[in-house]
Amino acid sequence: MPRLTADRRHTVRFTLNGRAVEGEAEPRLLLVDFLRHVLGATGTHVGCEHGVCGACTIQIDGDPARACIMLAVQADGADIRTVEGLAPAPDRLSVLQDCFREFHGLQCGFCTPGILMSLDAFLRAQPDATEPEIRTMLSGHLCRCTGYVPIMAAALAARDRLKANPDA
Amino acid sequence: MDTESPQAPWLGRSIPRTEDAALLTGRGRYFDDQAVPTNTLHAAILRSPHGHASITAVDTGKAAALAGVTAVLTGADIQALTTSLVVGVKAPIQCWPIATDRVRYVGEPVAIVVAKDRYIAEDALDLIEVTYAPLPAVIDPKAALEPDAPILHPGLNGNLASDRSFRYGDPETAFATAAHTISIETTYPRNACTPIETYGVLAEYDPGTDAYDVMANFQGPFSIHAVIARALKVPGNRLRLKTPAESGGSFGVKQGVFPYIVLIAAAAKVANCPVKWVEDRLEHLAASACATNRVTTLKAAVTNAGKILALDWDQIEDCGAHLRAPEPATLYRMHGNMTGAYDIRHLAIRNRVVLTNKMPTGLNRGFGGPQIYFPLERLIQRIAKHLSLDPLDVIRRNLIQTFPYRTVSGALLDSGDYGTSLAKALDQGGHAELLKRRDQARSEGRFYGIGYAAVVEPSVSNMGYITAVLTPAERAKAGPKNGAQATATISLDPVGAVSVHVSSVPQGQGHRTVLSQVVADVFGLRPGDIRVVTDLDTAKDAWSIASGNYASRFAPAVAGTTHLAATRLRDKLARIAAAQLNIPAEDTIFANGKIHARSNPDNAVSFSRIAAASHWAPGTLPAGVDQAIRETVFWTPPELTAPNEADEVNSSLCHGFIFDICAVEVDRVTGELQFDRYVTMHDCGRVLHPGMVAGQITGGFAHAFGAATLEEHSYGDDGSFQAGTLADYLIPTAMEVPEPIILHHETLSPFTPLGSKGVGEGNCMSTPVCIANAVADALGLTDITLPILPSRLTEHLHPPERTPIRHVKTGERTLFGEGSTTVDAPREKIWAMLLDPAELAAIIPGAHSIEKTSETAFRAQVTLGIGPVKGTYRAAIDLSDLRPPESVTLTGSATGALGFGQGSGRVTLTEVTPGRTTIAYQYEAEIGGKIASIGGRLLDGAARMIIGQFFAALAARAVGARKGLWWAPTTAKVTTVGATIARATAVNVTTVMARLVRATPRRTGAAKGGPDKPGHDGVGDVVQEKPGILARLLRRLLGTK
Repeated sequence: MPRLTADRRHTVRFTLNGRAVEGEAEPRLLLVDFLRHVLGATGTHVGCEHGVCGACTIQIDGDPARACIMLAVQADGADIRTVEGLAPAPDRLSVLQDCFREFHGLQCGFCTPGILMSLDAFLRAQPDATEPEIRTMLSGHLCRCTGYVPIMAAALAARDRLKANPDA
Repeated sequence: MDTESPQAPWLGRSIPRTEDAALLTGRGRYFDDQAVPTNTLHAAILRSPHGHASITAVDTGKAAALAGVTAVLTGADIQALTTSLVVGVKAPIQCWPIATDRVRYVGEPVAIVVAKDRYIAEDALDLIEVTYAPLPAVIDPKAALEPDAPILHPGLNGNLASDRSFRYGDPETAFATAAHTISIETTYPRNACTPIETYGVLAEYDPGTDAYDVMANFQGPFSIHAVIARALKVPGNRLRLKTPAESGGSFGVKQGVFPYIVLIAAAAKVANCPVKWVEDRLEHLAASACATNRVTTLKAAVTNAGKILALDWDQIEDCGAHLRAPEPATLYRMHGNMTGAYDIRHLAIRNRVVLTNKMPTGLNRGFGGPQIYFPLERLIQRIAKHLSLDPLDVIRRNLIQTFPYRTVSGALLDSGDYGTSLAKALDQGGHAELLKRRDQARSEGRFYGIGYAAVVEPSVSNMGYITAVLTPAERAKAGPKNGAQATATISLDPVGAVSVHVSSVPQGQGHRTVLSQVVADVFGLRPGDIRVVTDLDTAKDAWSIASGNYASRFAPAVAGTTHLAATRLRDKLARIAAAQLNIPAEDTIFANGKIHARSNPDNAVSFSRIAAASHWAPGTLPAGVDQAIRETVFWTPPELTAPNEADEVNSSLCHGFIFDICAVEVDRVTGELQFDRYVTMHDCGRVLHPGMVAGQITGGFAHAFGAATLEEHSYGDDGSFQAGTLADYLIPTAMEVPEPIILHHETLSPFTPLGSKGVGEGNCMSTPVCIANAVADALGLTDITLPILPSRLTEHLHPPERTPIRHVKTGERTLFGEGSTTVDAPREKIWAMLLDPAELAAIIPGAHSIEKTSETAFRAQVTLGIGPVKGTYRAAIDLSDLRPPESVTLTGSATGALGFGQGSGRVTLTEVTPGRTTIAYQYEAEIGGKIASIGGRLLDGAARMIIGQFFAALAARAVGARKGLWWAPTTAKVTTVGATIARATAVNVTTVMARLVRATPRRTGAAKGGPDKPGHDGVGDVVQEKPGILARLLRRLLGTK
């Protein structure tokens, strides 16, 4: 990693949803602020800024991570995926997104992008995940609207549909 | 589809939500996603670290001089620019949105910095020097009423802001003649629904027209618009208030953004630029708004058969440090419903409102309901126990039978069938099976209990109910206030497409979807044809003071009003179509995008053609039809009249009914609650969208579950706030919340256009007490306090612990500890070092400079890291009780941007052998401010580390080795007593902590502390699982970079 200077901006380059992006960031700039306010990718939300609520969850090199407790400069060179990269086309939803719509797995939708990013990675890594395993994983996210019941229903439906059709 | 028969209605179907595609793909436009003017500046707010203190000086010079800072505002600036927020009671108190001469709660704004970006603004906060003179704080509402209590608002001559007594029927005679008087005293805790999106405000001031333009994720009621405009000293038409299209949850809480609208608007005026502010999570938890806590004494006059003849309420409502609009509305929202679901004809109420050193309260889901149903439904269980009756029999014996029903305090209950609802809940909820399981469990010695709650859920608030806090004479002087104006506008464009606007300001409740169903049914279209807009602009849209998303008013009031507007427009279209089809208007049918004759479906014209007619050919409209382009309907129900001379008030329009059953087992070892079943029966009138109604119920249930078992805004007795992170304010996750069984029994409201009633808040009223009743049943408890943390149940599960825990009051944040170390140096040498500034500077960890201000006093600058958070503190140390060279007492205090602390320690030097000295110490310290709010869990380990370092350095220096020996053979024992232990033992390590592991330090003490090691030694252990993440964890939250 290059030596960073506290009061200087540094160029940060990474892949965002398959496209090369770059921007200037002071070393202290949070990754989530960089995504939202420098790159304009506002789908990733900020809920607590201390890594508990999970709203800011993105995927870095395929693994879910909290963008609110990472610095932008740490993401230099990474492959980053956010909620904007989940749908196969602008007018289509992924299987996971579609299940959330069908089962009313969201209300205000503020926590949803983080939940989708975690579930997307999780179901890819563990296509046979059990109900308790999914529930445990989801406990890394706070939702205040739904009471989690429809989120669980959507996650289980997505697991089943993805298993039946892994290329969907 | 068959055009002869009308299509099946869209209402009542769980169609996919219009809102979701955008929200699922990251296209939602929440507050912080909105485009802002290019010259927008960013604000950060300096907040009080004290619960109660005088501000003796504020020096903003260094902050203002920081590059990138445009303006720094203090309380004096805000006082010069605005007037006090209006206070809802007749009392000599003011309500400023920022501290003026003193701070009254942790988190109260003290100064605002406006800068080029948020990071710089936060840098500048650290440069503001505020000198506080701490005052004694009062946290407990009953203590606040004591004659010697610290007084928050000197003008008030005490802390009592309002005291009203009410009497309905003849309660005195009922109590005098009843066979039994059964009573209960309860304390309802503070909690909030904590939306995941925090507050946001963007404000701009135009000096040319003296007008403010504001965007905020405010939720209503828009009566607050008048409060803001008045505070900003402009007429309402010079305060344009807009809301974003999406809001990330509110549950009432975002009503509380309004004081910040005043602050940011004033800051924009001073900065002469648009100013944006987004609240962070610590700010939200400490200083947004939460529900009131309340102390209630409730008495019932009861017959031998369990019939309740009269109730006598004594309520002490704690609104926190300021009485902010619309408070004390929490206390009066239920005023018509103080007899719950029961037919009770005699009622006495005493309502007192007190002020304490806590966050001011505001709207929160359930608003006033949880606070009354907790004592009321606990009392029902107590009555049953007292009379050896089945609680279900007590409930049945008292349920209201016929509707509409006028309660003795004035509410008009619109509809219901309580007895059938209860019977269905027992039957479909499997109650008989639960009773068997309870018998079985008890025969095996397990703690299994069943609780019930019967609740009337009011919705569509009467804007006049709050005036019940005034006397009839005061009300007469102020003029009548009543009603609940809802608005809906439907527009037809030149191609006949339908647009709908309502001033409902949703935060995720799917209003756009439901309204598209309502309007599609009226026009014979598909929901996808209808475009619904719900963001509000007070400069352009139809709105009233009752606009907004609160009091569960969407389905009964807003959807109904939309139905009225659509119907009014349809009737005009019918007349236009009838003229073209040569039929009477009454014979037109709207279906499948067409308008056709009832008798001859082929005699038809397309909806869009007729809908566009007023644009293209207004000259062809039939006589009597002015236009069919736009229709705005304002609707207010006539039933919502102003409170009368007798203080009777119909506080809400609709009254749903809920009956809940909770079956729970309490783990005999851990005290963990294991939910066997939760049944919730609802009568919310007509269900418009089953999926969304289910979502409202499961969501409200989860909030209530959190309030019942985990969540509390905890304060120390010194006023320190101790729930500043989501690792301290515990929100239930998917691991904790059980799935309720939801049942419905619909009785349509005769007072609403669609027959619907509200549904979103009821479980917040019924569930906390239902769970409490179940736990009380399981353990045979008389009293139970929320939240039901396992630690609160331990005394009922385990014999007293052998080693008594040092007694401290719950919530107190105190560190104490002791230890010793032995060094190879004579004690005279050690003694001299302890009194020598130069030596101390070398020994005290992080000391920059130490200066001796007298023979026994020192001043120092110290930089300390508590966990990941480094801060500089100004420290003062006094030595007393000196017995050279044996012992000395050090009393010190430290203040810095991250918090403050004070404490004392006794150091004893004992010569073990000549030239060898044992240094023993005991200390006690209290810590407050930001570090106590967010870093409480880290303090113990940090304290041990720092003290260890001190003695290690002392030992090393005493033997002459400046370097090398970095860790002396020290035994140190650090203990924290108070809230953290309660929380630690409360935490279900396998569940709640599972989500914390990734990001927060994991406390292992709770798991380690057994009966032999009563919790203390391990509690301080902090294991940093991922130091790299931890190191970044709290940095932003703390405002350090």
